[in-house]
Amino acid sequence: MSAKQGRAGVIALLTALVAFTAVEALILAGALNLYWQQIICLAGIVTISALGLNLIYGYTGQFSLGHAAFYGIGAYTAALVTRSIGGRSPVGLLLGLAAGALLAGLTALLIGLPILRLKSDYLGIATLGFGIIVKVLLDNSDAVIPAMGGSRGMSAIPKLTSFVWVFPLALLAVVVLRNIVYSGIGRALKSVREDELAAEAVGIDSTRYKTLGFVIGCMFAGVAGGLYAHLFTFLHPSNFDFLKSIDVLLVVVLGGLGSISGTIVAAVAWTFLLEGLRIVLPPAVQDWRWVIYPLLLIIFMLVRPGGIFAGTEFRFLRPRK
Amino acid sequence: MLLSVNDLAVDYGAIRALHCVSFEVNEGEIVTLVGANGAGKSTTLRAISGLLKPSSGEIAFEGRRIGGIAGHQVVKLGIAHVPEGRQPFAYLTVRENLLLGAYNRPQAESGAAMERVFKSFPRLKERLGQTAGTLSGGELQMLAMGRGLMARPKLLMLDEPSMGLSPILVREIFDIIREINRQGTAILLVEQNAFMALQVAQRAYVLETGRVVLAGPAAELLRDPKVKAAYLGE
Amino acid sequence: MSYFLQQLINGLQLGFVYALIALGYTMVYGIVRLINFAHGDVFMIGAYVGFYALASWKLPWPLAIVAAMAACGALGMVIERVAYRPLRSAPRISALITAMGVSLFLEYFTSLRFVFGPDYRAFPRPFAVTSFDVGGVAVSNIQIIVFAVSTVLMVALTLFVNKTKTGLAMRAVSYDHNTARLMGVNVDWIISVTFGVGSALAGAGGVLYGIAYPQINPFMGVMPGLKAFVAAVLGGIGVIPGAMLGSLIMGVVETFTSAYISSTLRDAVAFGILILVLLVRPAGILGRPTREKV
Repeated sequence: MSAKQGRAGVIALLTALVAFTAVEALILAGALNLYWQQIICLAGIVTISALGLNLIYGYTGQFSLGHAAFYGIGAYTAALVTRSIGGRSPVGLLLGLAAGALLAGLTALLIGLPILRLKSDYLGIATLGFGIIVKVLLDNSDAVIPAMGGSRGMSAIPKLTSFVWVFPLALLAVVVLRNIVYSGIGRALKSVREDELAAEAVGIDSTRYKTLGFVIGCMFAGVAGGLYAHLFTFLHPSNFDFLKSIDVLLVVVLGGLGSISGTIVAAVAWTFLLEGLRIVLPPAVQDWRWVIYPLLLIIFMLVRPGGIFAGTEFRFLRPRK
Repeated sequence: MLLSVNDLAVDYGAIRALHCVSFEVNEGEIVTLVGANGAGKSTTLRAISGLLKPSSGEIAFEGRRIGGIAGHQVVKLGIAHVPEGRQPFAYLTVRENLLLGAYNRPQAESGAAMERVFKSFPRLKERLGQTAGTLSGGELQMLAMGRGLMARPKLLMLDEPSMGLSPILVREIFDIIREINRQGTAILLVEQNAFMALQVAQRAYVLETGRVVLAGPAAELLRDPKVKAAYLGE
Repeated sequence: MSYFLQQLINGLQLGFVYALIALGYTMVYGIVRLINFAHGDVFMIGAYVGFYALASWKLPWPLAIVAAMAACGALGMVIERVAYRPLRSAPRISALITAMGVSLFLEYFTSLRFVFGPDYRAFPRPFAVTSFDVGGVAVSNIQIIVFAVSTVLMVALTLFVNKTKTGLAMRAVSYDHNTARLMGVNVDWIISVTFGVGSALAGAGGVLYGIAYPQINPFMGVMPGLKAFVAAVLGGIGVIPGAMLGSLIMGVVETFTSAYISSTLRDAVAFGILILVLLVRPAGILGRPTREKV
């Protein structure tokens, strides 16, 4: 480990700690109202979910248009767990998040084994189809588990998610992803992305690594979903439809495929842009928010098709030599 | 002078594939560019036909500067490019492939143009309704050349016509090249099979790593000891 | 039995509308390998042009279809020129994201009060609905019009693609841009024409959809668009007869699921079939094995 990078890592951790303390202090002092707390938490949740998709698409090269399905599976699972445990214990949330991640990962394993054989756009379409199936099942879920509420939505979820949870988990997600990406596994994943045949030729079991990347990435989405459920305390199948999958994809592409720094910056910027437009625009032209947003998106893509961090990272996220 | 290329340079991103390549082709001539794999022969043809944008230098056809103009307009001027690997439209029939060759010619002419092509390549007539994907290697080369001739070019550029063909077929193809030339079409021939190319051409240029290193009458180069050692395997 | 036939007719009606959308998806994908997510919204615009043509300008319905086709064809060409052409050499995902942006833009821009407005509108019925009894099955004049107009358009498209010089150039470009260029084909123009033709068909689909299911709003294109795309994949993307076949299957499967199982599970069954087909035959029913572009 070079001294420079080690120092960058220490500085980054200290910065994170300072940022965390500062925001938490503002919250405790009552300077940030509930609305802003929610937005900040949402930015962290989007980051976790998008980091997962970046592992799947950015690093492993597997095109997924169904990420929101795993986000939804995590959300509903976690909500069911905390609701059945009852009370407002943090242990319940921890169990819920773990269960959400596990079920999202397990589903990813079961669906991934057959469909990861498909390539590029075809995989995208299959995952899109899977996402729509999950949404339809959620719409009809009350027939099997009344508590899930089906198309009426699931309510009475305890509000357990707060900045104290989101920030450390987002940080953990960054550290975990960084360690995967620069490990032997990460090299295997990237080799599969670059050329599956060549990877096979040097003895890398591409099916195994594609599945591994997919499962881990979907578990990130599961955790994020669990946090989401306990932030807004109400879930509806439409929160996990096709457009939500596109949202995460947007964040990953805008940030830059295969860049952790890019995903973090884009997730935060994207969340705040949407809310920022709401605040900046006078009430009379609020409807324009969703007109301006896609225009910005198109212009951004035309100007910088490779994303914000096209293939680069903040120094503290670069590999150690 | 039909075609003149002056100090042509082409880059692929940060990599310079051609440095200062200059040569010319006169009316009625067969000129060949020989050289090893990666010498820049195909790149030169792709720059002439407008698929690649020259970084500097100029290309003139019949005295008109054509460097950097759109690919589909180069064909209209009278340059047909028969690309490396033949590049048939595999899902289209032989007839449709040929018709595409005459894309910018009046439709009324295409019947007569096709008959002319069949004179050189009678085999294509038998295969007219088949999809190009079902043809053999030799037939594909004939189709590619026939497709090029459909445009009634003043200059026909052939990229590696002998690639992957048996010696008998190669001889057949080169006979046809001579015949096409005899009927008045100038030919710019790119070949790795330098021996065959130098036999059929009047003049030749030797390319090495994106530069012209030797030029002269083909017969002379055929006897040049350096050429013999490097390209003729003697 | 007659219930079955009745549902089959209903399914085919839906399938024909899907087919008009799916053709544009498949042609565009075939020529530039782009999933044009904005295509469903072009279909929506077609429905609105039809709406104004019938309700405000009082045009007869065939002219309403022509107007929608013209407007959508032009719109498709503009979208291609402004949003996709500059990205032709960029990573494919950039164009896909841009397509998504165009889609959102069309939906929300037309939702503004001074454009179409966000509410559902009742699509005017240009004629009295009557039904004919054909062997115990009721076939409405709407269904006959949907079948007839779609069939005419599909035959016209097939002739255009297979018999004209421009159609030949389209097939050449969708096989290989550079070689087509060497033939003297103006590739940019052919791509533009492809967007125009595909979008015009979606425009006609929008009017027919409005006539058959008379409720329109700015988001009406999202689900039919997705399903038509899926139908194109099902039939074999890039292959025109495949898009037609896939769409009819999709329409029938959806209608049968609603009729015999549950209307809420409709989409799940349709997409479940898609995944199964992809696993067994990734190139789709009539598709060719994929050819990787170098």
